[in-house]
Amino acid sequence: MTAALVDDDPPLLVAEGLTKWYGQRLGCRDVSFALYQGEVLAVVGESGSGKSTLLQLLSAQLAPDAGRICYRMRDGVTRDLATLSEAERRFLFRTDWGYVHQDSRLGLRMTVSAGANVGERLMAVGWRHYGRIRASAASWLDRVEIDPDRIDETPGGYSGGMRQRLQIARNLVTDPRLVFMDEPTGGLDVSVQARVLDLLRGIVAELGLAAVIVTHDLAVARLLAHRILVMKGGAVIETGLTDQVLDDPQAPYTQLLVSSILPP
Amino acid sequence: MNAPAYNFAYLDEQTKRMIRRAILKAIAIPGYQVPFASREMPMPYGWGTGGVQVTAAILGPHDVLKVIDQGSDDTTNAVSIRKFFAKTAGVRTTTSTEEATVIQTRHRIPERPLKAGQVIVFQVPIPEPLRFLEPRETETRRLHALADYGLMQVKLYEDIARHGHIATTFAYPVRVDDRYVMDPSPTPKFDNPKMDNCPALQLFGAGREKRIYAIPPHTRVVSLDFEDHPFEPYRHDGTCALCGATDGYLDEVITDDRGGRMFVCSDTDYCETRRSAGSVVKAGATSEGGCA
Repeated sequence: MTAALVDDDPPLLVAEGLTKWYGQRLGCRDVSFALYQGEVLAVVGESGSGKSTLLQLLSAQLAPDAGRICYRMRDGVTRDLATLSEAERRFLFRTDWGYVHQDSRLGLRMTVSAGANVGERLMAVGWRHYGRIRASAASWLDRVEIDPDRIDETPGGYSGGMRQRLQIARNLVTDPRLVFMDEPTGGLDVSVQARVLDLLRGIVAELGLAAVIVTHDLAVARLLAHRILVMKGGAVIETGLTDQVLDDPQAPYTQLLVSSILPP
Repeated sequence: MNAPAYNFAYLDEQTKRMIRRAILKAIAIPGYQVPFASREMPMPYGWGTGGVQVTAAILGPHDVLKVIDQGSDDTTNAVSIRKFFAKTAGVRTTTSTEEATVIQTRHRIPERPLKAGQVIVFQVPIPEPLRFLEPRETETRRLHALADYGLMQVKLYEDIARHGHIATTFAYPVRVDDRYVMDPSPTPKFDNPKMDNCPALQLFGAGREKRIYAIPPHTRVVSLDFEDHPFEPYRHDGTCALCGATDGYLDEVITDDRGGRMFVCSDTDYCETRRSAGSVVKAGATSEGGCA
């Protein structure tokens, strides 16, 4: 928790009254918060509590039924995401944002090499120098602790933990300011989880990234997040600093969630 | 007309009008794939049903038609399509690039530079250059609409990563008029530079995929590449064993089972024109077993 929060900057992302219905079923209701640069927010809750819906709304992959999301662009102007054109949204998504999927196959191109996976974003924003793209990819592989000698292998030959780290490298290569993560360590065994989490914590602090991490694992939230948002049944029931929420939970559901973890 | 049972050039007039509308739209938006209601033709898919429909739609009674297949005027595909139009449209056919007003081709652009007033029709199997990296049609259309072509570069990156150079030798992607990325059909990349600023009209028809696209005369066509791995046309390092040409695209012909081989021009008309002009190579002069 070392990243300095700059008080006088306007927030990077502001969500106001986000609501999403899937027909008769509620996705999430009236979610509001502000996220500042360098801040890591964890969204926790059980399955079906609306975490993933919220993440998809925030990353503009779903359109909200009510409410809006404002984002401070790189030029300092805060804009409503709904007013961006599709081209602008796509550009934002692959330059200033990152999205780490739980299932690495959704976030990677499994049939092309690791180098091309990392380089894709660079090529999409106009890099046309093979040597520089490759050098950048190699340095990112090194940063996520993948042997750069394996740059020409496809992710198919990588282990689960390596794929997840490759996905992280692929997202961070364009120096995004905000990263969305959907259960980044789900499906990994415990020791691999620890390594990925350690890496994530280092990179997030080093780059001053803002991040929204969806997880059902309170340990992940405790390790990475500055603030926590607890969701249940589509609504936010508790929010606050991570230590505060986890050490002194107020809502009954949060108390249940916290008490269900075995003490270390 | 030899066969009054058919309408001129086989297709009915309404179909031809529909195809012409698609062609006009394609010419108006260079490199953009225009969908059209492709018809069943009396030949199998993959034999040039798209090209045949485009040719049928633009052919007039005074046109002179040339059909080539891999550069050759006398292979099965070329001969049968030429006979098809001779029979159904009664147009004059030729093997001479200079004489022809309409040239339908599979895989090659003639060596002799095309001139204003000529139309070259390409037979296209897969019109979508992004297909092998992005199988969803909805997504590739969106990528074209937003001119989002990073993916094409990924393919070339993979080539270099695996082979040390851009190993794509045919269907090499081009950017047309600084806007749409286009698959120039499976022509060898040797022919890509001929598409740039070409005075002739270039039309592309894909029958099974139901797409028509075009490059209007004098349009900028650029082959995609990397700054440090620039586009290079590929050609066998040799001379034609028949006419001695050193600039044309060469086919390698195996002449026996003891390793004998020869290189000959893939463009038969070009080769014959050169030979009749007196440019003959002495048998065996350039490669063993090479004899005319």
